[in-house]
Amino acid sequence: MLENFDFQVVIDAIPFLWEGLKLTFLLTFLAIAGGLILGVLLALARLSHIKPLSFLAASYVNFFRSMPLILVIFWFYFLVPYIVGRPVGGFYSVLVAFTLFEAAYYCEIMRAGIQSVRKGQAQAGQALGLTYKQNMQYVVLPQAFRNMTPILLTQAVILFQDTSLVYVVGLHDFLVNAEIIASRDNRLIELFSTVAVVYFVLCLSFSLSIRTLQRKFSV
Amino acid sequence: MNYNWNWGILITEPYMGWIFSGLGWTLLVAISAWVIAFTLGSVIGIMRTLDQPILRAIGATYVEIFRNIPLLVQMFLWYFIFPELLPEEAGLWVKRGIPMPEFWTAVICLGTYTASRVAEQVRAGINAISQGQRQAARAIGLSPAQVYRYVLLPISYRTIIPPMTSEFLGIFKNSSLALTIGVLELTAQTRQIEEYTFQGFEAFTAATILYIIVTFIVMFFMARVEKKVSIPGVTSIGAK
Amino acid sequence: MIEMKNVSKWYGDFHVLNNCSTVVEKGEVVVVCGPSGSGKSTLIKCVNGLEPFQEGTVTFDGISVGESKTNLTKLRSRIGMVFQNFELFPHISVIKNIRLAQEKVLGRSEEEAKKRGMELLERVGLAEQALKYPGQLSGGQQQRVAIARGLAMDPDAMLFDEPTSALDPEMINEVLDVMVELAQEGMTMMVVTHEMGFAKKVANRVIFMDEGRIEEDCSKDAFFGDTRGERAQLFLSKILNH
Ligand SMILES: Nc1ncnc2c1ncn2[C@@H]1O[C@H](COP(=O)(O)OP(=O)(O)OP(=O)(O)O)[C@@H](O)[C@H]1O
Ligand SMILES: [Mg+2]
Repeated sequence: MLENFDFQVVIDAIPFLWEGLKLTFLLTFLAIAGGLILGVLLALARLSHIKPLSFLAASYVNFFRSMPLILVIFWFYFLVPYIVGRPVGGFYSVLVAFTLFEAAYYCEIMRAGIQSVRKGQAQAGQALGLTYKQNMQYVVLPQAFRNMTPILLTQAVILFQDTSLVYVVGLHDFLVNAEIIASRDNRLIELFSTVAVVYFVLCLSFSLSIRTLQRKFSV
Repeated sequence: MNYNWNWGILITEPYMGWIFSGLGWTLLVAISAWVIAFTLGSVIGIMRTLDQPILRAIGATYVEIFRNIPLLVQMFLWYFIFPELLPEEAGLWVKRGIPMPEFWTAVICLGTYTASRVAEQVRAGINAISQGQRQAARAIGLSPAQVYRYVLLPISYRTIIPPMTSEFLGIFKNSSLALTIGVLELTAQTRQIEEYTFQGFEAFTAATILYIIVTFIVMFFMARVEKKVSIPGVTSIGAK
Repeated sequence: MIEMKNVSKWYGDFHVLNNCSTVVEKGEVVVVCGPSGSGKSTLIKCVNGLEPFQEGTVTFDGISVGESKTNLTKLRSRIGMVFQNFELFPHISVIKNIRLAQEKVLGRSEEEAKKRGMELLERVGLAEQALKYPGQLSGGQQQRVAIARGLAMDPDAMLFDEPTSALDPEMINEVLDVMVELAQEGMTMMVVTHEMGFAKKVANRVIFMDEGRIEEDCSKDAFFGDTRGERAQLFLSKILNH
């Protein structure tokens, strides 16, 4: 069967696919940055002693965690232009959706990271006379970051894969560009298998380096 | 820009019917896929804890493949590519012969993908049990299979209820990807209402609320299950 | 120096501390013992306010611990504490563990903090380990570092919560030796421990707790003589004969 395959189509399409992959990377990168910033703020709010604040943060997290990402993308794809008051282009709407959605997950990862630091550690810091802020800064957070770094990185791989869902609003990412060529030349097998292999190689090598990193850290 | 809210749309036929039929398909896809995910995932997870290097390698390969390709790409592979790779007749049957090929494709895709995640939870649950327990089970004369059947699995499945609940909720939410191959599940229906009526936000709101309600019901139910089967004095692994 | 008056604490319905009162004078060494779950850890954590309590008063050097206007962090910097599980900070080296609070709380310069830290490491016999991470030390060594960390603040009193109970038997003495020396130098100490040898050697008084109550609070001689109550008697015979 393989002789019927024409991978020349794929080779010819490389520049166009690369354009798509660049959008995938850009979206991933911006959503991670935005999601992390918002996620830290949410985690601090969630752990704060001010009840309404932590309740709001918890509701935000539970809200986004019970929704499918595709629905969130639809929401913001239509909502952002209304809020801004003019068309802003699909990319920005989708970026808002990914940022808000990821922030909920980052918040949970960070909260778990902070809570994974044993209670005795915080008590030891307190017993030495450190203030709440100093205790967080020098004792709890450095340990929490160490615990959660691998999970944050794994979440980045998941986000990288999830950006393929922009397909539902037709942004020209890696997958959509491949699909355009695939239907134009009627070469579904060649293009979809290429997409799968490229994603697989990228994600696997990143996951493997996370594991190496994790082993080094845990000594 | 101004938006004309019209909540009445939600109780107008056919749109109300669309939403509930969408919810029905979402649940049907999710539950059917979960059956595959749970059984296949358990087998693979257990394989990864066995002594035979070959079985461990097969399990590890499965997990890496399914975890490192985006679910949407997997959906397309199953839908467009898989029938082509089969012998001609089988391929045709898959494409035209079986009723509702989109539904079954979505179920198999979500099931096999989530199986890789379930496998990791099962493996973690088994590995969390101390070596001493295994040795004690062997010492009283249980066969390797009996060690799993009577000691390791009963303990680990109880402790992984919270992460397994998240996996089920994951499959429930991911079932929305079935819309890309034409299954009219909940999210697809809201999109369709948007196209027919331009009252997208009302439809999205309805879907959002339904997703939240189902999530709550599942979590409430699983918390009760967890409590019911919990072993006094043993705590479970926290959900991610 | 430390004064507890009618301290009571509940977890929900559970009465952890029941009307506890005692006084520890400057330079005194007081050993606290009692069965597991009797509230010993809770009692000494009330002294530096790590555990809040609902009733009664605790004062340290005349400053009330429970009052909201009290600057607790300042007060805690004057009371050293050593934990059962050491609680060294695993992400920073031994010397940095000792420097941290000196610099951030007392405002000492880096050199000053390092100098004081090295003196104390020398004293507990661990100067060569200064640059290692806590995880690279044995339990006994970690606990000696923890004591050095507390002493580096030049505290007015030291609290010990079962400092040797997480240690292998051969490491217990290296930690107890440091504590005995400290006691003999006149440090005010409150020590939760079941090491009766330590109590006999340096304690001035022994407190015996049971079910959240202070059942005995007497001089060492009285406690090890035969004037003690029935429960303490039973407890002592259990831990001495095991
Ligand atoms: N956060 C909590 N919530 C409810 N009960 C608690 C809590 N912390 C401690 N307790 C209970 O309070 C009692 C006293 O605890 P504490 O740690 O002071 O005992 P202890 O005398 O130090 O025991 P051990 O020798 O085991 O260290 C115990 O019965 C314990 O179960
Ligand atoms: Mg204790």
